[in-house]
Amino acid sequence: MAYEPLLLRNVGKPGSETIDVYLASGGYQGLRRVVKEFAPEKFVEEVKAAGLRGRGGAGFPTGMKWGFLPKTKDRPRYLCVNADESEPGTFKDRLLIEKDPHLVLEGIILSAFAIECHTAFFYIRGEFHTGYRTFAKAIEEARAKGFLGKNILGSGYDLDLILYRGAGAYICGEETALLESLEGKRGLPRIKPPFPAVVGLYGCPTIINNVETLANVTLIAERGASWYAGLGRPPKNTGPKLYCVSGHVKRPGVYEAPLGIPLMELIQERAGGLVHPDRPLKAVVPGGSSMRVLPATKCDVLMDFDSLIAAGSMLGSAGVIVMDSGTCMVWALLSLARFYAHESCGQCTPCREGTGWFVKVLERIERGEGRPGDVDLLIDVASRVEGNTICPFGEAIAWPVDSYARVFREEFEDHVAHGTCPIGATAAR
Amino acid sequence: MIPVHPETDRRIDELKAGFPHAGSALLPALYLIQEEKGSIPEEAMVYVAEKIGVSPAFVAGVVSFYTLFHPRPVGRHHIQVCRTLPCALRGCGEILAHLSKRLGIKEGETTPDGRFSLVAVECLGACDTAPMMQINDQEHGHLDRAKVDAILESLR
Repeated sequence: MAYEPLLLRNVGKPGSETIDVYLASGGYQGLRRVVKEFAPEKFVEEVKAAGLRGRGGAGFPTGMKWGFLPKTKDRPRYLCVNADESEPGTFKDRLLIEKDPHLVLEGIILSAFAIECHTAFFYIRGEFHTGYRTFAKAIEEARAKGFLGKNILGSGYDLDLILYRGAGAYICGEETALLESLEGKRGLPRIKPPFPAVVGLYGCPTIINNVETLANVTLIAERGASWYAGLGRPPKNTGPKLYCVSGHVKRPGVYEAPLGIPLMELIQERAGGLVHPDRPLKAVVPGGSSMRVLPATKCDVLMDFDSLIAAGSMLGSAGVIVMDSGTCMVWALLSLARFYAHESCGQCTPCREGTGWFVKVLERIERGEGRPGDVDLLIDVASRVEGNTICPFGEAIAWPVDSYARVFREEFEDHVAHGTCPIGATAAR
Repeated sequence: MIPVHPETDRRIDELKAGFPHAGSALLPALYLIQEEKGSIPEEAMVYVAEKIGVSPAFVAGVVSFYTLFHPRPVGRHHIQVCRTLPCALRGCGEILAHLSKRLGIKEGETTPDGRFSLVAVECLGACDTAPMMQINDQEHGHLDRAKVDAILESLR
Protein backbone atom coordinates (compact mmCIF):
# COMPACT_ATOMS: atom_id res chain seq x y z
CA MET A 1 0.00 0.00 0.00
CA ALA A 2 1.33 3.39 -0.95
CA TYR A 3 2.13 5.66 1.96
CA GLU A 4 -0.10 8.74 2.21
CA PRO A 5 2.07 11.68 3.21
CA LEU A 6 1.02 13.51 6.36
CA LEU A 7 3.69 16.17 6.80
CA LEU A 8 4.00 16.74 3.06
CA ARG A 9 0.29 16.37 2.28
CA ASN A 10 0.02 19.84 0.81
CA VAL A 11 3.46 20.15 -0.74
CA GLY A 12 3.11 20.21 -4.50
CA LYS A 13 -0.40 21.70 -4.47
CA PRO A 14 -0.63 25.13 -6.09
CA GLY A 15 -0.72 27.80 -3.39
CA SER A 16 0.20 25.26 -0.71
CA GLU A 17 1.61 28.07 1.43
CA THR A 18 -1.71 29.94 1.64
CA ILE A 19 -4.20 29.60 4.45
CA ASP A 20 -7.01 28.78 2.02
CA VAL A 21 -5.31 25.64 0.74
CA TYR A 22 -4.40 24.71 4.29
CA LEU A 23 -7.96 25.15 5.56
CA ALA A 24 -9.30 23.12 2.63
CA SER A 25 -7.04 20.23 3.71
CA GLY A 26 -8.62 20.24 7.17
CA GLY A 27 -6.16 22.71 8.62
CA TYR A 28 -6.75 24.30 12.03
CA GLN A 29 -9.35 21.63 12.89
CA GLY A 30 -6.92 20.14 15.38
CA LEU A 31 -6.49 23.50 17.08
CA ARG A 32 -10.26 23.97 17.19
CA ARG A 33 -10.66 20.57 18.82
CA VAL A 34 -7.85 21.02 21.33
CA VAL A 35 -8.81 24.47 22.63
CA LYS A 36 -12.37 23.23 23.09
CA GLU A 37 -11.79 19.77 24.53
CA PHE A 38 -8.42 19.88 26.26
CA ALA A 39 -6.99 21.58 29.29
CA PRO A 40 -3.36 22.54 28.53
CA GLU A 41 -1.84 19.87 30.77
CA LYS A 42 -4.12 17.27 29.19
CA PHE A 43 -2.72 18.08 25.77
CA VAL A 44 0.83 17.72 27.17
CA GLU A 45 -0.22 14.21 28.24
CA GLU A 46 -1.58 13.59 24.75
CA VAL A 47 1.78 14.48 23.16
CA LYS A 48 3.57 12.27 25.69
CA ALA A 49 1.23 9.39 24.88
CA ALA A 50 1.90 9.84 21.17
CA GLY A 51 5.57 9.15 21.81
CA LEU A 52 6.72 12.11 19.72
CA ARG A 53 10.48 12.57 19.84
CA GLY A 54 12.12 15.83 18.77
CA ARG A 55 13.00 16.06 15.09
CA GLY A 56 15.82 18.57 15.47
CA GLY A 57 18.57 16.06 16.09
CA ALA A 58 18.60 14.78 19.65
CA GLY A 59 15.35 12.79 19.52
CA PHE A 60 14.32 13.83 23.02
CA PRO A 61 10.66 13.11 23.91
CA THR A 62 8.76 16.36 23.30
CA GLY A 63 6.07 15.94 25.95
CA MET A 64 8.68 15.11 28.56
CA LYS A 65 10.62 18.26 27.65
CA TRP A 66 7.46 20.32 28.13
CA GLY A 67 6.99 18.63 31.49
CA PHE A 68 10.28 20.10 32.76
CA LEU A 69 8.73 23.57 33.04
CA PRO A 70 8.37 24.66 36.65
CA LYS A 71 4.84 24.37 37.96
CA THR A 72 4.84 27.93 39.28
CA LYS A 73 3.62 30.56 36.86
CA ASP A 74 5.08 33.71 38.40
CA ARG A 75 7.21 34.46 35.35
CA PRO A 76 6.35 34.50 31.66
CA ARG A 77 7.05 31.31 29.71
CA TYR A 78 8.36 31.34 26.21
CA LEU A 79 8.24 28.99 23.27
CA CYS A 80 11.11 29.41 20.81
CA VAL A 81 10.83 27.67 17.49
CA ASN A 82 14.16 26.51 16.19
CA ALA A 83 13.97 27.25 12.47
CA ASP A 84 17.71 27.78 12.22
CA GLU A 85 18.17 24.73 10.04
CA SER A 86 21.88 24.58 9.23
CA GLU A 87 23.11 21.03 9.63
CA PRO A 88 24.86 20.13 6.36
CA GLY A 89 22.69 17.73 4.39
CA THR A 90 19.44 18.95 5.98
CA PHE A 91 16.68 20.87 4.19
CA LYS A 92 13.39 19.53 5.53
CA ASP A 93 12.36 22.44 7.77
CA ARG A 94 13.00 24.82 4.91
CA LEU A 95 10.52 22.85 2.80
CA LEU A 96 7.82 22.94 5.49
CA ILE A 97 8.35 26.66 6.12
CA GLU A 98 8.22 27.56 2.44
CA LYS A 99 5.53 25.15 1.28
CA ASP A 100 3.21 24.52 4.23
CA PRO A 101 3.86 27.18 6.88
CA HIS A 102 0.41 26.80 8.43
CA LEU A 103 1.06 23.15 9.31
CA VAL A 104 3.98 24.43 11.39
CA LEU A 105 2.11 27.46 12.68
CA GLU A 106 -0.80 25.38 13.91
CA GLY A 107 1.70 23.18 15.78
CA ILE A 108 3.25 26.28 17.34
CA ILE A 109 -0.11 27.56 18.56
CA LEU A 110 -1.01 24.12 19.93
CA SER A 111 2.32 23.75 21.71
CA ALA A 112 2.21 27.26 23.14
CA PHE A 113 -1.30 26.51 24.39
CA ALA A 114 -0.08 23.29 25.99
CA ILE A 115 2.75 24.97 27.88
CA GLU A 116 0.65 28.06 28.68
CA CYS A 117 2.91 30.51 26.92
CA HIS A 118 1.65 33.81 25.52
CA THR A 119 4.66 35.00 23.56
CA ALA A 120 6.41 32.70 21.13
CA PHE A 121 9.41 33.35 18.88
CA PHE A 122 10.14 31.92 15.48
CA TYR A 123 13.92 32.03 15.05
CA ILE A 124 14.53 31.52 11.35
CA ARG A 125 17.87 31.08 9.65
CA GLY A 126 19.04 34.41 8.19
CA GLU A 127 19.70 32.94 4.75
CA PHE A 128 16.09 31.72 4.40
CA HIS A 129 14.69 34.82 2.70
CA THR A 130 11.82 33.05 0.97
CA GLY A 131 10.92 31.23 4.17
CA TYR A 132 10.97 34.48 6.12
CA ARG A 133 8.59 36.19 3.73
CA THR A 134 6.32 33.15 3.49
CA PHE A 135 6.12 32.75 7.23
CA ALA A 136 5.49 36.45 7.83
CA LYS A 137 2.55 36.20 5.43
CA ALA A 138 1.27 33.05 7.16
CA ILE A 139 1.33 34.82 10.53
CA GLU A 140 -0.71 37.69 9.10
CA GLU A 141 -3.24 35.29 7.58
CA ALA A 142 -3.59 33.35 10.83
CA ARG A 143 -4.05 36.56 12.81
CA ALA A 144 -6.76 37.77 10.43
CA LYS A 145 -8.66 34.50 10.92
CA GLY A 146 -8.42 34.57 14.71
CA PHE A 147 -5.96 31.68 15.09
CA LEU A 148 -3.36 34.01 16.60
CA GLY A 149 -3.67 37.07 18.84
CA LYS A 150 -6.23 37.68 21.56
CA ASN A 151 -8.86 35.14 22.58
CA ILE A 152 -7.98 32.49 19.99
CA LEU A 153 -11.15 30.84 18.61
CA GLY A 154 -13.12 32.19 21.55
CA SER A 155 -11.11 30.13 24.02
CA GLY A 156 -9.82 33.04 26.08
CA TYR A 157 -6.26 32.01 25.22
CA ASP A 158 -3.91 34.73 23.85
CA LEU A 159 -0.76 34.18 21.86
CA ASP A 160 1.60 36.54 20.10
CA LEU A 161 4.25 35.20 17.71
CA ILE A 162 7.39 37.17 16.92
CA LEU A 163 9.39 36.37 13.80
CA TYR A 164 13.14 36.73 14.31
CA ARG A 165 15.89 36.40 11.71
CA GLY A 166 19.20 34.79 12.54
CA ALA A 167 22.26 36.24 10.88
CA GLY A 168 24.39 33.39 9.64
CA ALA A 169 25.81 31.24 12.43
CA TYR A 170 25.43 27.44 12.50
CA ILE A 171 25.91 27.42 16.26
CA CYS A 172 22.63 29.29 16.79
CA GLY A 173 20.84 26.04 16.00
CA GLU A 174 22.11 24.89 19.41
CA GLU A 175 19.24 25.78 21.72
CA THR A 176 21.05 27.94 24.26
CA ALA A 177 23.06 29.75 21.55
CA LEU A 178 19.72 30.44 19.89
CA LEU A 179 18.50 32.06 23.10
CA GLU A 180 21.62 34.23 23.34
CA SER A 181 21.12 35.29 19.73
CA LEU A 182 17.45 36.08 20.39
CA GLU A 183 18.59 38.30 23.25
CA GLY A 184 20.71 40.23 20.76
CA LYS A 185 24.09 38.74 21.59
CA ARG A 186 26.81 36.64 20.01
CA GLY A 187 25.53 33.08 19.79
CA LEU A 188 27.64 31.47 22.49
CA PRO A 189 26.06 28.35 24.04
CA ARG A 190 25.31 28.46 27.75
CA ILE A 191 26.45 25.96 30.36
CA LYS A 192 23.68 23.54 31.34
CA PRO A 193 22.24 23.18 33.92
CA PRO A 194 20.24 25.27 34.39
CA PHE A 195 18.24 23.98 31.42
CA PRO A 196 16.18 26.42 29.36
CA ALA A 197 12.94 24.95 30.73
CA VAL A 198 13.94 26.55 34.03
CA VAL A 199 16.20 29.45 33.01
CA GLY A 200 15.80 30.27 29.34
CA LEU A 201 15.02 33.36 27.33
CA TYR A 202 15.42 36.54 29.45
CA GLY A 203 15.97 34.19 32.40
CA CYS A 204 12.44 32.82 32.10
CA PRO A 205 11.22 29.23 31.60
CA THR A 206 11.56 28.43 27.90
CA ILE A 207 10.87 25.55 25.56
CA ILE A 208 12.76 25.25 22.29
CA ASN A 209 11.25 22.97 19.65
CA ASN A 210 12.21 22.18 16.08
CA VAL A 211 9.98 23.05 13.10
CA GLU A 212 9.26 19.45 12.05
CA THR A 213 8.54 18.50 15.67
CA LEU A 214 5.84 21.19 15.82
CA ALA A 215 4.34 20.04 12.52
CA ASN A 216 4.00 16.62 14.16
CA VAL A 217 2.15 18.20 17.08
CA THR A 218 -0.48 19.35 14.56
CA LEU A 219 -0.94 15.76 13.40
CA ILE A 220 -1.39 14.56 16.99
CA ALA A 221 -4.05 17.23 17.57
CA GLU A 222 -5.85 16.25 14.38
CA ARG A 223 -5.98 12.52 14.81
CA GLY A 224 -5.10 11.74 18.39
CA ALA A 225 -2.25 10.15 20.28
CA SER A 226 -3.27 6.53 19.85
CA TRP A 227 -3.36 6.83 16.07
CA TYR A 228 0.01 8.59 16.08
CA ALA A 229 1.58 6.08 18.45
CA GLY A 230 0.77 3.31 15.99
CA LEU A 231 2.82 4.85 13.18
CA GLY A 232 6.43 3.92 12.54
CA ARG A 233 8.10 1.50 14.93
CA PRO A 234 6.29 1.75 18.25
CA PRO A 235 6.70 2.20 21.09
CA LYS A 236 9.84 4.35 20.92
CA ASN A 237 10.07 5.45 17.30
CA THR A 238 6.63 6.70 16.40
CA GLY A 239 5.21 8.98 13.76
CA PRO A 240 6.16 10.12 10.28
CA LYS A 241 9.61 11.49 9.45
CA LEU A 242 11.08 13.70 6.79
CA TYR A 243 14.31 12.37 5.30
CA CYS A 244 16.63 14.61 3.29
CA VAL A 245 18.66 12.76 0.69
CA SER A 246 21.61 14.48 -0.99
CA GLY A 247 24.89 13.62 -2.64
CA HIS A 248 25.34 11.01 -5.35
CA VAL A 249 21.71 10.04 -5.93
CA LYS A 250 19.54 10.57 -9.00
CA ARG A 251 16.75 12.41 -7.19
CA PRO A 252 18.02 14.36 -4.18
CA GLY A 253 15.11 15.63 -2.12
CA VAL A 254 12.94 15.42 0.97
CA TYR A 255 11.06 12.14 1.37
CA GLU A 256 8.45 11.31 3.96
CA ALA A 257 8.04 7.86 5.49
CA PRO A 258 7.10 6.45 8.86
CA LEU A 259 10.10 6.27 11.21
CA GLY A 260 12.08 3.15 10.43
CA ILE A 261 12.18 3.06 6.61
CA PRO A 262 15.18 0.97 5.49
CA LEU A 263 18.07 3.24 4.48
CA MET A 264 18.61 1.37 1.21
CA GLU A 265 14.94 1.71 0.27
CA LEU A 266 15.27 5.44 0.80
CA ILE A 267 18.33 5.60 -1.44
CA GLN A 268 17.35 3.08 -4.12
CA GLU A 269 13.61 3.58 -4.43
CA ARG A 270 12.79 7.06 -3.20
CA ALA A 271 15.91 8.87 -4.35
CA GLY A 272 16.23 6.81 -7.53
CA GLY A 273 19.53 5.10 -6.75
CA LEU A 274 23.03 6.30 -7.50
CA VAL A 275 23.89 8.80 -10.24
CA HIS A 276 26.81 6.94 -11.80
CA PRO A 277 25.97 3.37 -12.81
CA ASP A 278 29.65 2.39 -12.71
CA ARG A 279 30.33 3.68 -9.21
CA PRO A 280 29.00 1.58 -6.33
CA LEU A 281 27.95 2.95 -2.97
CA LYS A 282 30.84 3.76 -0.68
CA ALA A 283 29.46 5.50 2.40
CA VAL A 284 26.40 7.19 3.83
CA VAL A 285 26.05 9.80 6.54
CA PRO A 286 22.58 8.97 7.89
CA GLY A 287 21.73 11.97 10.04
CA GLY A 288 23.40 15.19 8.98
CA SER A 289 27.14 15.86 8.80
CA SER A 290 27.68 15.63 12.57
CA MET A 291 26.80 11.97 12.73
CA ARG A 292 29.17 9.02 12.30
CA VAL A 293 29.58 7.77 8.74
CA LEU A 294 28.39 4.29 7.76
CA PRO A 295 30.36 2.28 5.20
CA ALA A 296 28.30 0.66 2.40
CA THR A 297 28.53 -2.69 4.20
CA LYS A 298 26.62 -1.26 7.17
CA CYS A 299 23.84 0.48 5.25
CA ASP A 300 21.36 -2.32 5.75
CA VAL A 301 19.77 -0.39 8.60
CA LEU A 302 16.42 1.08 9.57
CA MET A 303 16.13 4.86 9.72
CA ASP A 304 14.90 5.48 13.22
CA PHE A 305 16.43 6.79 16.44
CA ASP A 306 17.21 3.48 18.11
CA SER A 307 18.17 1.40 15.05
CA LEU A 308 20.81 3.94 14.05
CA ILE A 309 22.25 4.12 17.55
CA ALA A 310 22.52 0.32 17.43
CA ALA A 311 24.32 0.67 14.07
CA GLY A 312 26.88 3.03 15.61
CA SER A 313 25.52 6.32 14.30
CA MET A 314 22.46 8.47 14.94
CA LEU A 315 19.35 9.66 13.14
CA GLY A 316 20.24 13.27 13.97
CA SER A 317 18.49 15.61 11.55
CA ALA A 318 17.89 12.78 9.05
CA GLY A 319 20.17 14.44 6.52
CA VAL A 320 21.25 11.46 4.42
CA ILE A 321 24.45 12.25 2.50
CA VAL A 322 25.22 9.56 -0.06
CA MET A 323 28.76 9.03 -1.35
CA ASP A 324 29.79 6.72 -4.19
CA SER A 325 33.12 5.03 -4.89
CA GLY A 326 34.45 8.14 -6.62
CA THR A 327 34.60 9.98 -3.29
CA CYS A 328 37.90 10.44 -1.50
CA MET A 329 37.08 10.18 2.19
CA VAL A 330 39.98 12.41 3.24
CA TRP A 331 38.68 15.09 0.92
CA ALA A 332 35.10 14.59 2.20
CA LEU A 333 36.18 14.88 5.82
CA LEU A 334 38.30 17.92 5.02
CA SER A 335 35.22 19.62 3.60
CA LEU A 336 33.41 18.99 6.87
CA ALA A 337 36.39 19.98 9.01
CA ARG A 338 36.47 23.35 7.23
CA PHE A 339 32.79 23.77 7.93
CA TYR A 340 33.22 23.11 11.66
CA ALA A 341 36.36 25.23 11.91
CA HIS A 342 34.44 28.13 10.38
CA GLU A 343 31.37 27.60 12.56
CA SER A 344 33.00 26.94 15.94
CA CYS A 345 31.91 29.81 18.19
CA GLY A 346 35.38 29.85 19.74
CA GLN A 347 34.21 29.73 23.32
CA CYS A 348 35.75 26.37 24.34
CA THR A 349 39.42 25.71 23.67
CA PRO A 350 39.11 22.02 22.66
CA CYS A 351 36.61 22.91 19.92
CA ARG A 352 38.22 26.15 18.75
CA GLU A 353 41.71 24.65 18.57
CA GLY A 354 40.65 21.10 17.69
CA THR A 355 38.73 22.13 14.58
CA GLY A 356 41.79 24.07 13.40
CA TRP A 357 43.99 21.03 13.96
CA PHE A 358 41.65 18.81 11.97
CA VAL A 359 41.79 21.17 8.99
CA LYS A 360 45.56 21.48 9.19
CA VAL A 361 46.25 17.75 9.44
CA LEU A 362 43.65 16.79 6.82
CA GLU A 363 44.95 19.40 4.41
CA ARG A 364 48.44 18.01 4.57
CA ILE A 365 47.22 14.42 4.20
CA GLU A 366 45.12 15.35 1.16
CA ARG A 367 48.05 17.32 -0.32
CA GLY A 368 50.21 14.23 -0.04
CA GLU A 369 52.29 15.62 2.81
CA GLY A 370 50.79 13.50 5.56
CA ARG A 371 53.14 12.26 8.26
CA PRO A 372 53.26 8.79 9.77
CA GLY A 373 50.97 8.84 12.79
CA ASP A 374 48.67 11.51 11.37
CA VAL A 375 45.66 9.21 11.32
CA ASP A 376 46.16 8.36 14.98
CA LEU A 377 46.68 12.04 15.67
CA LEU A 378 43.24 12.81 14.19
CA ILE A 379 41.62 10.12 16.32
CA ASP A 380 43.48 11.32 19.39
CA VAL A 381 42.53 14.97 18.95
CA ALA A 382 38.90 13.93 18.33
CA SER A 383 38.90 12.06 21.64
CA ARG A 384 40.07 15.21 23.40
CA VAL A 385 37.35 17.38 21.86
CA GLU A 386 34.48 14.97 22.53
CA GLY A 387 32.87 15.52 25.90
CA ASN A 388 35.05 18.52 26.71
CA THR A 389 32.93 21.36 25.38
CA ILE A 390 29.97 23.34 26.68
CA CYS A 391 27.68 22.29 23.83
CA PRO A 392 27.38 19.26 21.52
CA PHE A 393 29.37 21.02 18.77
CA GLY A 394 32.42 19.17 20.10
CA GLU A 395 30.81 15.81 19.38
CA ALA A 396 29.51 17.14 16.07
CA ILE A 397 33.06 17.35 14.74
CA ALA A 398 34.69 14.62 16.85
CA TRP A 399 32.26 11.96 15.64
CA PRO A 400 32.81 12.46 11.91
CA VAL A 401 36.59 12.75 12.33
CA ASP A 402 36.79 9.63 14.48
CA SER A 403 34.48 7.59 12.28
CA TYR A 404 35.93 8.56 8.86
CA ALA A 405 39.45 7.94 10.14
CA ARG A 406 38.58 4.56 11.65
CA VAL A 407 36.19 3.21 9.04
CA PHE A 408 38.34 4.32 6.10
CA ARG A 409 41.67 4.00 7.88
CA GLU A 410 43.29 2.19 4.96
CA GLU A 411 42.42 4.98 2.57
CA PHE A 412 43.80 7.60 4.96
CA GLU A 413 46.99 5.57 5.47
CA ASP A 414 47.33 5.17 1.69
CA HIS A 415 47.39 8.94 1.32
CA VAL A 416 50.16 9.18 3.90
CA ALA A 417 52.17 6.23 2.58
CA HIS A 418 52.08 7.20 -1.10
CA GLY A 419 52.03 10.96 -0.73
CA THR A 420 49.08 11.26 -3.04
CA CYS A 421 45.31 10.91 -3.18
CA PRO A 422 44.57 7.47 -4.64
CA ILE A 423 41.18 8.60 -5.88
CA GLY A 424 41.79 12.16 -7.00
CA ALA A 425 39.49 14.98 -6.09
CA THR A 426 38.33 15.22 -9.71
CA ALA A 427 36.46 11.93 -9.42
CA ALA A 428 34.65 13.18 -6.38
CA ARG A 429 31.53 14.48 -8.03
CA MET B 1 23.29 64.20 13.34
CA ILE B 2 22.48 60.50 13.46
CA PRO B 3 24.31 58.40 10.86
CA VAL B 4 21.12 56.72 9.62
CA HIS B 5 17.97 57.87 7.85
CA PRO B 6 15.27 59.22 10.26
CA GLU B 7 12.95 56.46 9.03
CA THR B 8 15.48 53.80 10.05
CA ASP B 9 15.81 55.54 13.42
CA ARG B 10 12.05 55.45 13.87
CA ARG B 11 11.83 51.79 12.91
CA ILE B 12 14.53 50.90 15.44
CA ASP B 13 12.45 52.59 18.16
CA GLU B 14 9.51 50.50 17.00
CA LEU B 15 11.62 47.34 17.17
CA LYS B 16 12.69 48.12 20.72
CA ALA B 17 9.09 48.44 21.79
CA GLY B 18 8.17 45.16 20.08
CA PHE B 19 10.28 42.88 22.29
CA PRO B 20 9.94 42.01 25.97
CA HIS B 21 13.57 43.21 26.29
CA ALA B 22 15.08 45.96 24.14
CA GLY B 23 18.33 44.01 23.68
CA SER B 24 16.57 41.66 21.27
CA ALA B 25 16.17 44.59 18.89
CA LEU B 26 19.89 44.65 18.12
CA LEU B 27 20.00 42.03 15.36
CA PRO B 28 16.94 43.36 13.52
CA ALA B 29 18.27 46.91 13.96
CA LEU B 30 21.56 45.90 12.37
CA TYR B 31 19.63 44.41 9.46
CA LEU B 32 17.76 47.71 9.01
CA ILE B 33 20.99 49.66 9.00
CA GLN B 34 22.59 47.28 6.53
CA GLU B 35 19.53 47.45 4.30
CA GLU B 36 19.85 51.23 4.20
CA LYS B 37 23.61 51.53 3.87
CA GLY B 38 24.75 48.27 2.31
CA SER B 39 27.06 47.68 5.26
CA ILE B 40 27.36 48.49 8.96
CA PRO B 41 30.04 51.18 9.29
CA GLU B 42 31.63 52.02 12.60
CA GLU B 43 29.64 55.19 13.24
CA ALA B 44 26.44 53.20 12.78
CA MET B 45 27.65 50.68 15.37
CA VAL B 46 28.28 53.51 17.85
CA TYR B 47 24.85 54.94 17.09
CA VAL B 48 22.97 51.65 17.47
CA ALA B 49 24.88 50.82 20.66
CA GLU B 50 23.54 53.95 22.31
CA LYS B 51 20.09 53.28 20.92
CA ILE B 52 19.93 49.77 22.40
CA GLY B 53 21.86 50.56 25.57
CA VAL B 54 24.99 48.47 25.07
CA SER B 55 28.62 49.40 24.39
CA PRO B 56 29.97 49.97 20.87
CA ALA B 57 32.42 47.11 21.50
CA PHE B 58 29.49 44.81 22.24
CA VAL B 59 27.88 45.76 18.93
CA ALA B 60 31.17 45.24 17.07
CA GLY B 61 31.38 41.81 18.67
CA VAL B 62 27.91 40.93 17.45
CA VAL B 63 28.57 42.24 13.93
CA SER B 64 31.77 40.21 13.62
CA PHE B 65 30.13 37.04 14.95
CA TYR B 66 27.47 36.73 12.24
CA THR B 67 28.42 36.17 8.62
CA LEU B 68 25.40 38.01 7.24
CA PHE B 69 26.49 41.33 8.74
CA HIS B 70 28.99 43.24 6.64
CA PRO B 71 31.20 45.81 8.37
CA ARG B 72 32.51 46.71 4.91
CA PRO B 73 30.48 46.97 1.72
CA VAL B 74 30.11 43.89 -0.47
CA GLY B 75 29.34 43.86 -4.18
CA ARG B 76 25.92 44.95 -5.42
CA HIS B 77 25.51 41.31 -6.41
CA HIS B 78 26.90 39.33 -3.49
CA ILE B 79 27.51 35.82 -4.82
CA GLN B 80 27.63 33.15 -2.14
CA VAL B 81 28.60 29.71 -3.42
CA CYS B 82 27.87 26.84 -1.06
CA ARG B 83 31.00 24.77 -0.53
CA THR B 84 30.01 22.22 2.12
CA LEU B 85 30.07 18.45 1.52
CA PRO B 86 26.69 17.86 -0.20
CA CYS B 87 27.45 20.64 -2.71
CA ALA B 88 31.09 19.53 -2.96
CA LEU B 89 29.93 16.03 -3.93
CA ARG B 90 28.03 17.60 -6.82
CA GLY B 91 30.85 19.77 -8.11
CA CYS B 92 30.67 23.15 -6.40
CA GLY B 93 34.44 23.51 -6.77
CA GLU B 94 34.03 23.72 -10.51
CA ILE B 95 31.24 26.30 -10.16
CA LEU B 96 33.36 28.48 -7.89
CA ALA B 97 36.36 28.25 -10.24
CA HIS B 98 34.16 29.15 -13.20
CA LEU B 99 32.68 32.18 -11.44
CA SER B 100 36.13 33.29 -10.39
CA LYS B 101 37.35 33.10 -13.99
CA ARG B 102 34.30 34.84 -15.44
CA LEU B 103 34.40 37.68 -12.91
CA GLY B 104 38.18 37.97 -12.89
CA ILE B 105 38.34 37.94 -9.09
CA LYS B 106 39.39 35.43 -6.47
CA GLU B 107 37.11 34.03 -3.81
CA GLY B 108 36.67 36.69 -1.13
CA GLU B 109 37.15 39.60 -3.54
CA THR B 110 34.92 42.25 -5.08
CA THR B 111 35.15 43.47 -8.67
CA PRO B 112 36.75 46.93 -8.95
CA ASP B 113 33.45 48.43 -10.14
CA GLY B 114 31.74 47.09 -6.99
CA ARG B 115 29.18 45.14 -8.96
CA PHE B 116 30.10 41.61 -7.89
CA SER B 117 31.58 40.02 -4.81
CA LEU B 118 32.33 36.32 -4.67
CA VAL B 119 32.47 34.22 -1.51
CA ALA B 120 32.39 30.52 -0.71
CA VAL B 121 30.00 29.95 2.17
CA GLU B 122 29.03 27.03 4.38
CA CYS B 123 25.94 24.89 3.83
CA LEU B 124 22.92 26.96 2.77
CA GLY B 125 20.48 24.16 3.50
CA ALA B 126 19.41 23.50 -0.07
CA CYS B 127 21.43 20.33 -0.71
CA ASP B 128 18.67 18.90 -2.89
CA THR B 129 19.55 21.54 -5.50
CA ALA B 130 23.35 21.09 -5.23
CA PRO B 131 25.50 22.63 -6.47
CA MET B 132 23.84 25.87 -5.51
CA MET B 133 24.52 29.50 -4.72
CA GLN B 134 22.70 32.50 -3.39
CA ILE B 135 22.99 35.95 -4.93
CA ASN B 136 21.70 38.52 -2.43
CA ASP B 137 18.40 36.95 -1.36
CA GLN B 138 17.91 34.87 -4.49
CA GLU B 139 18.79 31.18 -4.65
CA HIS B 140 20.06 29.43 -7.73
CA GLY B 141 20.33 25.65 -7.75
CA HIS B 142 21.23 22.76 -10.05
CA LEU B 143 24.11 24.82 -11.38
CA ASP B 144 26.38 24.05 -14.27
CA ARG B 145 28.64 26.38 -16.24
CA ALA B 146 25.99 27.29 -18.79
CA LYS B 147 23.48 28.13 -16.08
CA VAL B 148 26.04 30.25 -14.23
CA ASP B 149 26.79 32.13 -17.47
CA ALA B 150 23.09 32.77 -18.06
CA ILE B 151 22.65 34.07 -14.51
CA LEU B 152 25.65 36.40 -14.81
CA GLU B 153 24.32 37.63 -18.15
CA SER B 154 20.98 38.50 -16.56
CA LEU B 155 22.76 40.62 -13.95
CA ARG B 156 24.92 42.64 -16.35
